[in-house]
Amino acid sequence: MSNNTGTAAHHVHRDDVGAKMGMWLFLFTEVLLFGGMFLIYAVYRYQYPDQFHIAAMELNTTMGTLNTIILLTSSLTVALSIAALQKGNKFLSLCFLSITLLFALMFMVIKYFEWTTKISHGIYPGSPELLTKPNGQILFFGLYYIMTGLHGLHVLVGMVVISFMIVFIARDKVTSDNYVKLENSGLYWHLVDLIWIFLFPLFYLIQ
Amino acid sequence: MADAVAVKNFYNQSTNKHTGILSWLLTKDHKRIGLMYMVAILTFFVVGMLIGILMRLELIAPGRTIMSAQTYNSLFTLHGVIMIFLFIIPGLPAIFGNFFLPIQIGAEDVAFPRLNLLSWYVYIVGAILVIVSLFLPGGPIDTGWTFYIPYSVRSSTNISMALFAAFVLGFSSILTGINFITTVHRLRAPGMGFFKMPLFVWATYATAWIQVIATPVIAITILLVIIERAFGVGIFDPALGGDPILFQHLFWIYSHPAVYIMILPAMGVVSEIIPTFSRRTIFGYKQIAYSSLAIAFIGYLVWAHHMFSSGMSDTARWIFSLLTFIVALPSGVKIFNWVATMYKGSIDPKPPFLWVMNFIFLFSIGGLTGLVLGSLATDIHLTDTYFVVAHFHYVMFGGTGTIFFAALHYWFPKMFGKMYNMKFARIAVVLYFIGFNMLYFPKFIMGYMGMPRRYYDYLPQFTTLQEISTIGSWILVGTIFFIFGYLFHALRKGKKATSNPWGGVTLEWHIPSPPPLENFEKIPTITHEPYDFSQLKEMKDE
Repeated sequence: MSNNTGTAAHHVHRDDVGAKMGMWLFLFTEVLLFGGMFLIYAVYRYQYPDQFHIAAMELNTTMGTLNTIILLTSSLTVALSIAALQKGNKFLSLCFLSITLLFALMFMVIKYFEWTTKISHGIYPGSPELLTKPNGQILFFGLYYIMTGLHGLHVLVGMVVISFMIVFIARDKVTSDNYVKLENSGLYWHLVDLIWIFLFPLFYLIQ
Repeated sequence: MADAVAVKNFYNQSTNKHTGILSWLLTKDHKRIGLMYMVAILTFFVVGMLIGILMRLELIAPGRTIMSAQTYNSLFTLHGVIMIFLFIIPGLPAIFGNFFLPIQIGAEDVAFPRLNLLSWYVYIVGAILVIVSLFLPGGPIDTGWTFYIPYSVRSSTNISMALFAAFVLGFSSILTGINFITTVHRLRAPGMGFFKMPLFVWATYATAWIQVIATPVIAITILLVIIERAFGVGIFDPALGGDPILFQHLFWIYSHPAVYIMILPAMGVVSEIIPTFSRRTIFGYKQIAYSSLAIAFIGYLVWAHHMFSSGMSDTARWIFSLLTFIVALPSGVKIFNWVATMYKGSIDPKPPFLWVMNFIFLFSIGGLTGLVLGSLATDIHLTDTYFVVAHFHYVMFGGTGTIFFAALHYWFPKMFGKMYNMKFARIAVVLYFIGFNMLYFPKFIMGYMGMPRRYYDYLPQFTTLQEISTIGSWILVGTIFFIFGYLFHALRKGKKATSNPWGGVTLEWHIPSPPPLENFEKIPTITHEPYDFSQLKEMKDE
């Protein structure tokens, strides 16, 4: 939080419960943002069940599973980092956060290979290859790129947030008795994880 | 300033180490941020209004008068985008909500002051993007503010930029909403239970929830249209299996609740002004508070009444029609409670009260014609005609716009510590009423006769009514400039306002005008009901 600056003695107002309430409301808006996409997915899945089935078989379930394991583990490490900081172990907390960051990076690398493989097979929005397929499959891959892309964007934002937390903890701006920022970042990271847990079965598993 | 030694207030106390313009641009004080919103929002209001008067001038005679058809298309789009996203959605919550919500619950500031400043900057960035989209190659957007598919994907104008601007503005709206909800939950003064909050706070609270719940849906819809323009994924393109009607659903899932973002805070202001000038506690406090929540909730479920002629199952149509009728009930509850508050009150018809009378009349016309459009059979006849245009101008401008002026007249002495000329203010109310009805009432008749909205040209039989409407626009715009004129004069040369010029009892009238930086010397303890006028005597003794 900001410290005392300026002429008027504006005392520092700290309200951890309020800060978390604000974060939960923000996460709620994120859920609704993805909710719009899930709604569209539901509409088109209902409209083209067979095409979605065929298209889904082309996705690489191994890579998807690997990414799920990575993200789930990263949720654990971020939670452990909060627990470590609460107990006053700054070093351990920083270690766990760095591992989280590493997992996030691995997730993005795997995602990158998945996307580039698809693109090299000529499957991307507007590609001549894709346009020869039936409508349901075009929509499936369109949704695949939009939804995993939007999720990937959130992973990137999460990485930036976690990097900031590493700096804050290192500089003692986030400490064992003022860690609400880290908790809120953790909440955000869990949400990113949670959305993936829904994306994974919808695209890779239901066939 | 001659009386610079006088009482400290938030104008001469800075929250940061800067003075001058930086002490405003980097402030975390909710009152200063409210005023910064006021400057920005009023600027865009004037721009939107001038665009409106140009369109009206074009329509004074059939055929080309002053502009080409393409310019006209751009102007009605811009008028809609500016008035909706830049004026009427943020108008009351961002200006008066920021300024008075913390004071009315006895808090020093909002829960997240820095986030509050950030949301102002996000608003400004969004506004700049709207303006930039006008001047880039491709030209100003021409789709209408609804950005309907497929034209918004095909149009060669700068749609993506303008859509991104709306996305950014939505972000600002969400941040403000989160801030207000948390503020109401966490920062109420001791003794102020939820049912001791002033009704403006209740209304702003309900509005904040809609901002949080509805805005993300438009955000994703906007992103999809941008993606569609950039990559042609086909989500809304029937040639690739997509469904253009789905866009309309997603669009109105936000944009209908947005209508209540616009009107609810206005209803809150009315619930403040009527008790103050009737010297009587509000009739049916709890019903008014609950009806705000009911509007927020049911308002979320009526979106498809914008789409009765777009192609939907009959079952869906009558369900949405029924829900539309149901959402009129809580609005009716409010109107009856307001009128009942005045009954046997000691009414003091000062300008803010007269503005509210103006509102009740105009908003009732707007609301009742809404029911005409909510009925399936009549809607098919009237959809996309001037009748719709007249209806939503009566509701939005006659409702929220009028209350914007009511709030300005009610809180002006508190915000600036100056009084304006009462006589001028009374004249303005009358002129506004005449100009408004001349401008918009003929549109009901033209719409009923079949004049379609958004048309550049019209048949000769509409000429007289179009002329009346255009002359009305001159009176209305003249009146609004007159209002700005005498308020601006009051700012510079007005008499000093006392701390309680109207005899109100909510917390903002307990503190000096303009308020000191921290609002209260010490956080008050609340013992009275919000509209308990027996306090007035104690307040005078203080």
